Amino acid sequence: MFAVEEFTGEVVVYSSWFYDNVWLIPALPAASFLIILLFGKRLPYKGAEVGITAVLAAFGLALLTTFTWIADIETDGGAESHSEEAMAASGPELAVEAEDGKEGLKFSRGAPVINEVEWFGIGTDANRVTLGAEEGAAAADGDADDHGEGFGGGFSIPIGTLVDGQSVMLLFVVTFISSLVHIYSTDYVHGDRRFTHYYAFLSLFTASMLFMVLSSSTIQLIVGWELVGVCSFALIGHWWEEKPNSDAALKAFLTNRVGDIGLLVGMTILYFAAGRTFSIPEINEAAVAGDIGQGTLLISSLCLMAAVMSKSGQFILHTWLPDAMAGPTPVSALIHAATMVVAGVYLIGRLYPVFYEGFGIAGGSINAMAFIGGLTTVGGGLLAFVQRDIKKVLAYSTVSQLGYMVLALGVGAYTAGMFHLFTHAFFKACLFLGAGSVSHACHHSFDMKADMGGLRTYMPKTFWTFIIGTAALAGIPPLAGFWSKDEILVGTGAFPGTDGNGTFTIPFIFGLITAALTAAYMTRCVWLTFFGEYRGHAHPHESGPRITVPLIILAVMAVWVGFLNMPTAFVESVGLGSGWAHKFEDWVEPEGVATFVGGANGFTHAKPSLLLAIVATGLGLAAGLIVWRYYTALYAKDPKATEYSDGLASRNSLAAAGHRVLEQKYYLDHLYTDVVAGGTKGPLARAAYWFNQNVLDGVVNAAGYVSTLVGRFVYRYIDQGVVDRAVNVSGQSASESGRFLRRIQTGQVREYASLMFGAAAVLAAVFIFAF
Amino acid sequence: MFLNQFLLLAAALFCIGVYGVLARRNGVLVLMSIELILNSVNINLVAFGAYHGDVSGQVFALFIIGVAAAEVGVGLAIVLLIYRNRRSIDVAEANLLKG
Repeated sequence: MFAVEEFTGEVVVYSSWFYDNVWLIPALPAASFLIILLFGKRLPYKGAEVGITAVLAAFGLALLTTFTWIADIETDGGAESHSEEAMAASGPELAVEAEDGKEGLKFSRGAPVINEVEWFGIGTDANRVTLGAEEGAAAADGDADDHGEGFGGGFSIPIGTLVDGQSVMLLFVVTFISSLVHIYSTDYVHGDRRFTHYYAFLSLFTASMLFMVLSSSTIQLIVGWELVGVCSFALIGHWWEEKPNSDAALKAFLTNRVGDIGLLVGMTILYFAAGRTFSIPEINEAAVAGDIGQGTLLISSLCLMAAVMSKSGQFILHTWLPDAMAGPTPVSALIHAATMVVAGVYLIGRLYPVFYEGFGIAGGSINAMAFIGGLTTVGGGLLAFVQRDIKKVLAYSTVSQLGYMVLALGVGAYTAGMFHLFTHAFFKACLFLGAGSVSHACHHSFDMKADMGGLRTYMPKTFWTFIIGTAALAGIPPLAGFWSKDEILVGTGAFPGTDGNGTFTIPFIFGLITAALTAAYMTRCVWLTFFGEYRGHAHPHESGPRITVPLIILAVMAVWVGFLNMPTAFVESVGLGSGWAHKFEDWVEPEGVATFVGGANGFTHAKPSLLLAIVATGLGLAAGLIVWRYYTALYAKDPKATEYSDGLASRNSLAAAGHRVLEQKYYLDHLYTDVVAGGTKGPLARAAYWFNQNVLDGVVNAAGYVSTLVGRFVYRYIDQGVVDRAVNVSGQSASESGRFLRRIQTGQVREYASLMFGAAAVLAAVFIFAF
Repeated sequence: MFLNQFLLLAAALFCIGVYGVLARRNGVLVLMSIELILNSVNINLVAFGAYHGDVSGQVFALFIIGVAAAEVGVGLAIVLLIYRNRRSIDVAEANLLKG
C-alpha cells in the first residue's frame, strides 16, 4: 500500500485475526450506545453495566491487538535501525539482510494493515464501462490509476480500518482510559437524573473516537471527527439546566465548527491534489513522492492546522477547552486524556507527510506548526497560574501540553510528540479523576482557594496519586512525563549536541519555559488543594474504591510508561541491554512515514543530552520550589484566607497588569464575543433590516398585488365557469341516478335474489353464446 | 357413462330451488330451497368428477356439504330470531334492508 519506487526495503504486511476484526473495537461501544439508549432505563444498574461490559471487552480486544502488533514487530522488524551502529550491533540476521545489497535498507516495521469495504459509490461501475477508450487505457496504466478518471468518472468512498503503530497505540489508550472512566463514573455520577443518558453518550464518545482512530480514509476521519464533536457537546452540556453549562457546550461546538471548515477544505484540496483519493496512505504517499505541489500542500496543511487548533485547543482557538470543564469531571478526564483533544494531534500524525512537506519541516528553524505549538504551550501554562478552579488549572495544563505535542510534531520529532500524547493521557487522566475525587469530598466545589486546602490528611489515596500525576506532568525523573518532555526538547535540535531535524531555537525556548511553568503551576495547585489548612465548610473524606482504584491504576501507569522509550545511551549506561531502548519508537513509528519523510534513514532522531535533561529538570524543580515558598509564606500569615490581599499582584503594578491580562484570558473571549461577534452583528443587522424593508418587502408587495389580480381572474372565469359547473353537474347526475335506483331498493330479500339470479342468467347466456 | 341425465337432474333441482327461494314466503322453506340449489351443484361436481376420472370434484362436494351445514345453522338462527321478534317467519315482512 505504502510503497513507491524509491523504497528499497521490504514491506511486510502483517496479518492476524485481530487486524482483520479490529472493527469490533469501535463496534462494541457503538452497540452498547444503542442498547443503553433503548433498554438502559429498565436495566438494574440503569445501563452502566452495558457500557462497562462493552468498553472492557473493547479494551480486551485492543490489548490483544496491541500485543499481536508488538509481537509481529519484535519477531521480524524490531531490530529496525535508525543508525549505522545499531544495525551493525544487532546481530547476524541484520547483516544477512544488508548483504542482499538493498541500498538504504530499512527493515520493515509493519506497513499499515488496511481492510476496506465500499461504503457507497457514485457511478463507479457504470462509468468504468462507459469510459472512453483513452481514459480506459490511462486508468489501466498502473500507478496512474487514479489520475485516469476524468470528471465524469465516478468515485467510491470506502470505509475500513487502518491498523498501524499509531492507531494501535491510540486504541490502547482510548479503551484503557475509557474503561477506567466508565468504572469511576458509576460512583461519581451516581444518582444523577440523566445517569442512563450519560452512559449512553460515554459509550458513543468512545466509539466515535475509536472509529476516527481506525479510519483509513479522510472521509471516515471527518465523520469520526464530527461524531466526537457532537458527543463532547452532549457531555459538556450534561447539566444543561444551568445556563453556563449549556453555553460552554455551545461554545465548544461552535469553536470546533470554525476549525471543521478548515478540515473540510483541507481534505477536499488533498482529495483532488492526490489524484482523487480519500485513502490516507495514498495521500501520504503522494505528498512524499512530490506529486503534490509545495503550495498546495502548504495551503491544505494550513487548513488542516485550523482544524487541529480548534480540536486540540491550540492558541487562539483554545477558548472552548477550559469552559468545557462545565461537564462532569470523568468526561473532562476522557476529553482531555484520550478522546476529544488528542484527535487533532492524531490528525497531524495521520497525515504527517502532508504537514511535513507542506510546512517544510525538514531542516528548518521555525514553521507555523512549531510556532503555534510553542505559543500555546507557554500561553496555556501562564493561564493556569491565575485559576481558582482546580479543573481549570488542569484544563489550561492540557492546553499547554497539547501545545507541547504540536510543537514536537512541528519540529519533526514525530515519535516524541506521539510519545508525549501517550504518557500525557495517563497522568492527565489521573489528575482529572483526582480532581473529581477531591470535589466529591468537598461538596462538589472546584474552588481551590475557598473550599480546599490541607486535604492530604483527609484523603491520602487521592493525595498520593495526585502527587504522582503532578510529578509526572512536571517532568520529574523517572516518571513518564520526564521521558517524553525530554525527548521533545531534544527533538528541537536547538540544544548543542542534540542534532535534531533542524535548529528550532524559538520552539526550544518555549519548551524550556513551559518545563518551568508546568512545575510551578502544578505546585501551586497541589499546595492550594492538599497543603495548608482546610478552608472549606464540608467534612472531607476519602472517596470509595470505585474512584480510588482507577486513580491508583493510572498513577501506576504514570510511573512506568516512560520507560517504554528510553534513549539507547541511557539504557546502556545503566546496564540494561540495548533491547530495552526506544521500544515505543519501534512499535509506533510508522514504516511509511519513517521511510519517506527523512529520506532513506527514516526520521532524524535527535541524540539525547544528559545536560539538557539536568537543565530542564533543574528549571522545573527550581520553579516549583519558588512557588512552594511563596505560598507557604503567603498562608503563614492567615491560614484560613480565601482571598489574599497582599499577594504579588497587589504590591507590584506590573504584576497586577500581567495578572489582569491573564485573568481576562488574554482578552480573547472579549475579542470573539464583543469585537468579532458584536462588531459584525450590528452592521449586519442594520444591513439585513434595510434589505428587508426595501428589497424583500418590495418583492413581497409586488407579488401580493399580482397574485390578487390573478386570483380575481381565476375566481371569475375558471372557478365559477369551469370548476363550479363541473361540480354541480356531477351532483345533479348523482341525485338523478339515485332517484331512479331507489325504486329497486325495496328491502325484500327475495327481490334482490331474483335480480341476482336474473343477472346470473344473463351472464350465463353471455358465456354460453359468446364463447 | 352418460353425463346428460345427471346434468338434467341437477338443472331441475336448481330450478326448483330458485323457484323456492323466490316464491316461498316461509323462511324455513327458503332455506330448504337454498339447500336444493347447493345440492344440485354437488351433483354437477360429482358427475363431472366421475366423468373426468378425477377425485377432486368429490372433494369439493364434501366441502360444499360442510359449508351448507354451517350456512343452514346461521340461517336457522336468523329465522329463529326473526320469529322471536315478530312472531312470524314470513320473509316478505322482513324488509329492514330497505335503505
